[in-house]
Amino acid sequence: MTFRKLSWLAFYTAMFLVFLYAPVILLPIFAFNDSKIVAFPLRGFTLDWFRLLLEQDQLHSSLRNSLIVAVATSLISTTLGICAARAAARYRFPVKRGIMGLIMVPLVLPEIIVGVSLLVVILQLGMDLSLWSIVLGHVLICTPFSLIILTTAFSNLDRSLEESAFDLGGDRWSTFRLISLPLVMPGVISSLLMTFTISLDEFIIAFFLAGTETTLPVYIWGQLRFPGKLPSIMALGTIMLAVSLVLLIFAAYFRRRGERRAGAVAAGGVF
Amino acid sequence: MTNPMIVIKDLTKRFGTTVALDKISAEIGEGEFFSLLGPSGCGKTTLLRTIAGFGEPDGGSIYIDGQTMAGVEANRRPTNMVFQNYAVFPHMAVWENVAFGLRRRRLARREMENLVDEALSMVGLDGFGAREPHSLSGGQRQRVALARALVLRPKVLLLDEPLSALDKQLREQMQSELRHLQRAVGITFVLVTHDQEEALNMSDRIAVMFDGRIVQQSTPQDIYMKPVTRQVAEFIGLMNFLGVCVKSETPAGYRVDVAGLGEVDIERGQVGSTASMSTLTAGVRPETLTILFDESDASAREVHGTVSDASYFGDMTYYDVMLKGCDEPVTISMRNTVARPVLASGAKVRIGWDADSIILL
Repeated sequence: MTFRKLSWLAFYTAMFLVFLYAPVILLPIFAFNDSKIVAFPLRGFTLDWFRLLLEQDQLHSSLRNSLIVAVATSLISTTLGICAARAAARYRFPVKRGIMGLIMVPLVLPEIIVGVSLLVVILQLGMDLSLWSIVLGHVLICTPFSLIILTTAFSNLDRSLEESAFDLGGDRWSTFRLISLPLVMPGVISSLLMTFTISLDEFIIAFFLAGTETTLPVYIWGQLRFPGKLPSIMALGTIMLAVSLVLLIFAAYFRRRGERRAGAVAAGGVF
Repeated sequence: MTNPMIVIKDLTKRFGTTVALDKISAEIGEGEFFSLLGPSGCGKTTLLRTIAGFGEPDGGSIYIDGQTMAGVEANRRPTNMVFQNYAVFPHMAVWENVAFGLRRRRLARREMENLVDEALSMVGLDGFGAREPHSLSGGQRQRVALARALVLRPKVLLLDEPLSALDKQLREQMQSELRHLQRAVGITFVLVTHDQEEALNMSDRIAVMFDGRIVQQSTPQDIYMKPVTRQVAEFIGLMNFLGVCVKSETPAGYRVDVAGLGEVDIERGQVGSTASMSTLTAGVRPETLTILFDESDASAREVHGTVSDASYFGDMTYYDVMLKGCDEPVTISMRNTVARPVLASGAKVRIGWDADSIILL
């Protein structure tokens, strides 16, 4: 490769990274800026915007709602993911590809469509909108992620380990509990963290399906109407960014550890 | 054979349209070391797994110690299996691996400890209880898998190519250890292997399998010296095949003309059971032909030939020798001695042979 080509590639890469991350970096910068106006030049360092967050009751209740939704979503979608991934890795059944494909579809379905159609269904059924209707929507979009992570974990799991446990007198449940589950546990943890993160900052479905109680992203959107609140929203965004990053790093760590334990060579991957 | 421990009748197993087991019948004696030998894809592993209870057969039946195994799942069968990759649980220490089956039986703590320690010492792993599987060598993992299965005192131990992943030296050592272990515990062993040497030197009896069928079921000596088909003869050891022309039938057998060797009387016992007169060939093992090195060496039957190639293996030399009347050279194996030179190709040799060592297939 010539130097000229290389420098173009380097320039392209640099621009790409700036485009991708510069807006994100603005978030923590203005969160600590001592001014109500979100603009350069910076005025000075302050923790006031973070202090302000502590005083808003509505923020606290929406944070609590978000945590409830995220925990419930991650548990339910990971459980569903375990069942589907094990079935996919171990059994052959009619229209398996079709069924697996249908589980994966919400991954590419626009969230607004998921949101609107679920809203219509729930209203038609005469059910009330609540945190649980949000959980329903989130499980729908999170299960594909669980399935991807756990399918890798289950297909890396040597089948003869399960057979051996069964051969030694274990029943199906003890084989699953004592052999399969501990060996795919890194994948399970990775899936829990991943789906928790996705649910925590999901907006569109939460916006459509929220009843009187809102989640954090919906609350933030509401606050954006008041320019004076913008810096504290940036402070909140900074915290969420940090938490998401930590969770995703943990998720990647556990996924890789799982691959190593199963003896597979780490093959890159998204994270 | 002693009392049959395993009786297999007309066992059939299909995967889609492929027939993996084609009406297999066999009896395996109590305390016997029995090997299933055959090339990959012949159905030997499928047979072993069906005995273990993995996968329902499509037809036929299996009895173990007089009990039918129909509808009995693997975890309720009096069999335990050593898997090809050992399947040692990677997240459990050696001791917990061996205790796994005993825990499922809810044994008293003290009794379990004694049994596990005894099993570990039986396979030469005293003091390895606390070790993690990833810190063990292949041979040690294999021993863990053995101890884990044997500690349950199964009526039958099934071994799926247990030595194939080990290097040559360790494999030979484990062969004799397995044999000793089997004699010591007196449990029926059924071993799957594609390695004919392994089968020959470990087994009491061998079943040779091709295409989902057992072609021959006999002692190692019989399998080697009296293969029933050309396929068996080719698979086990080296065998020269020479053209044959039947001259006449005699009271004891046949008078035949063997290409390159000449006319000879063959007894009926030397004719393979599935031999057909139209496609008859004569099989001769390389070690039953002798190169007569010295002038003074003599044999009742002699032919002349020319060495076309020699392969030196240290203890043995394998000569390819062209005989008059043959299109292809015959292989003759000779034990090397200090005094004896390795012949170069082109050397003229006298070859001694023997009517008893010829089989017709």
